[in-house]
Amino acid sequence: MSWLLVFAGGAAGAAARYLLDTAVRARARTPFPWGTLAVNVLGSAVLGVLTGLTAHGGVPEAVRLTLGTGFCGALTTYSTFSYETLMLAESGRRRTAAANVLLSVVAGVGALLGAAALAGP
Amino acid sequence: MPASPRPASAPRRASVAAVVALGGGLGALARHAATLPQQTGALPWTVLAVNTLGCALIGVLMVAVTETWDAHPLLRPFLGVGVLGGFTTFSAYAADVHTLLGQGRPAVAALYLAGTVAAALAAVWAGTALARRVLPGPRPGGRERP
Repeated sequence: MSWLLVFAGGAAGAAARYLLDTAVRARARTPFPWGTLAVNVLGSAVLGVLTGLTAHGGVPEAVRLTLGTGFCGALTTYSTFSYETLMLAESGRRRTAAANVLLSVVAGVGALLGAAALAGP
Repeated sequence: MPASPRPASAPRRASVAAVVALGGGLGALARHAATLPQQTGALPWTVLAVNTLGCALIGVLMVAVTETWDAHPLLRPFLGVGVLGGFTTFSAYAADVHTLLGQGRPAVAALYLAGTVAAALAAVWAGTALARRVLPGPRPGGRERP
């Protein structure tokens, strides 16, 4: 059963990432990968809320598997983030690549920590 | 990462979203299977290993589908956006930092924070470099820019 929940959450998360990234890409026509940054910050914030609520106790295992492991895990991505950073660096946009790393880590981890603190006990 | 070089039409977007969902479900399952054994070590090695492996594989995949093969148009969204995107995760990485901070280990948290970035970038670079060396030469049209 847990496998099915992770699969379902992962499928929804990856599809949401594709659709969100496509939507952001259509609006922001810049070399900066805003779409990936957006999904990573969003998914980290949602997982932060879930982490905070879990600290209160009472979040069912099924919810953590579906929403946390599956959905947030697949909505966010490290592979695309690193590949896009490499492509920026290889095309000579080294400062943009560095900015992408810095902004992703600060905003993504910051979103999780902030959301967990707000939702936590 | 765009699922394809050109903006997709609505029916194509639907089929791409479907293969991305299937791949994402499979990638998440593989990550879940990898993280099932309980971690007791000083660092969250499993998520670090998953992210590093996924970054190396996307490097190989992207060289293969953009520089070497004339791959099926759904292969790249399935494997790249779906499977590897679903396998690797930023949110669990951020949650690991939160856990380490909660355990009162800020130095380990900082090491994990920066170490994952370094490992991921080194892996994606090594994956592309290895693929360019091993796979047959570039097909006409050359490499794609994001």
